[in-house]
Amino acid sequence: MAPMIDIEDLHVTFSNGGRSVHAVQGVSFSVEEGESFGIVGESGSGKSTVLKAVSGLIPSESRSLTVNGRPAAERRSKADRRLMQFVFQDPYASLHPRQTVDEALREPLSIHGLDRKDERIEQALAEVGLLPEHRFRYPHQLSGGQRQRVAIARALILRPPVLLLDEPTSALDVSVQAEILNLISRLRQANKLTIILVSHDLGVVAHLCNRIAIMQFGKIVEVVNTADLSAGRVTQDYTRRLIEASRGFVREPS
Amino acid sequence: MSDKLLTVENLNVTYPGRAGVTHALKNASFELGRERLGIVGESGSGKSTMGRAILGLIPKPGIVTADRLDFSGKSLLTNTDRDWQKLRGRRISMIMQDPKYSLNPVRKIGDQIAETCRLHLGSTRKDAEQRSLAMLEAVQIRNPDAVYNQYPHQLSGGMGQRVMIAMMLVAEPDLLIADEPTSALDVTVQNEVLRILDRLVADRGMGLIFISHNLTVVSSFCDRVLIMYGGRILEQCAAKDLGEARHPYTQALIAATPSLDHPKAELATMVRDPAWLL
Repeated sequence: MAPMIDIEDLHVTFSNGGRSVHAVQGVSFSVEEGESFGIVGESGSGKSTVLKAVSGLIPSESRSLTVNGRPAAERRSKADRRLMQFVFQDPYASLHPRQTVDEALREPLSIHGLDRKDERIEQALAEVGLLPEHRFRYPHQLSGGQRQRVAIARALILRPPVLLLDEPTSALDVSVQAEILNLISRLRQANKLTIILVSHDLGVVAHLCNRIAIMQFGKIVEVVNTADLSAGRVTQDYTRRLIEASRGFVREPS
Repeated sequence: MSDKLLTVENLNVTYPGRAGVTHALKNASFELGRERLGIVGESGSGKSTMGRAILGLIPKPGIVTADRLDFSGKSLLTNTDRDWQKLRGRRISMIMQDPKYSLNPVRKIGDQIAETCRLHLGSTRKDAEQRSLAMLEAVQIRNPDAVYNQYPHQLSGGMGQRVMIAMMLVAEPDLLIADEPTSALDVTVQNEVLRILDRLVADRGMGLIFISHNLTVVSSFCDRVLIMYGGRILEQCAAKDLGEARHPYTQALIAATPSLDHPKAELATMVRDPAWLL
């Protein structure tokens, strides 16, 4: 069976005036159908850029980039876009402040010409644990957790096989983060979703993902499965440093 | 030397509003010696309000009342603006979360640190410069002379936060309040900054109030921890005993945190009990 997402030698370069930044330098990985793949790294490591390149939000170069067995064109068709949907970090920034929840959810349905819009909207809201009364509210009338639920509902309303998540919980409190992570893992099982999750938090990635790529300076340092990561069975120093740092502060012996 | 740096008894911060009075802080009491005290809580728990109230920085129409709010034996409640000026930045300093918003973008780093020396220590220009350079070195900035003449936008987040620490510590305060000092930083940088803070606090015998939403950081860095929720201090315990915390909220916070070392299929979600706020 062909992997759901297969990337070989991905490069992304941003040029700004005379300077250019080689943000992603030859990244390759593949994600099987139904797998959840994590990418961790610190700021500037290129992790979010990889995700944007996969979704076609920014131009990239690669030897091959296939989604569901088909090469992804630089300009994605509507059908391509229906294959994968994106959830961003800050739900307040990614929801239109003057659109109600209903309008936000209706838009992808109209773009893709789907029928039974009301039914689908109601169902999407129920799936992410929102109540019918939330449907006609504006983003500012919702809490941070509720907003992120709307963003997830909007992503899933097209029933995409692939869900891309860029730091979906880093703007949220721990208790709300737990609810959203549980929601994502429940939806993943119910809909047999393939997931790529980007985060700086090793705990979050390990909680949701089977396999994890560690990125630094635009390259993948190593790819490990979660059990090996928790057990510290890693080969690279940088990964070890990340694991140690995420366990908290260690006082030097005085 | 007395061990009590700060005594807080029944500290209240209230904001009057159309829908009644909001208690941002309700009957908070604790004592601080020359130690590292962590304050943990989620957004809206009142942890930052606590830091600001101690520094007299609650904006109008906020009202601060307390049975006692003593800093090294002297009440802060009767302070005039002039008293506060002598205290802030000199004996009590505060480090904010994001250096991007706390440093003046159009002034050189060195001048901003030197200003503290000239204002609070009455240093001469020459002396202020020397102290600032020494302080930049103490926070492990590799080329202090170059950084002295740079502007904030030329620094990375980690460097900026070190500059903030340098600026706050150059007047050698007795109490340092750090409000989420490392939350905007990468984990590996975070630990370097914590290490610098830790050493300076230990060497100079300062008291430290460390405000954070991150349980892992607080429990590994601090001596003692206050857990806050809805403007109340729910629990106080030694940081190393946080795992055996008794309050259901603290337990729920720990259970809700995804951990690399203790993977669980489902994270525990919190059932908030209105009784916690009584």
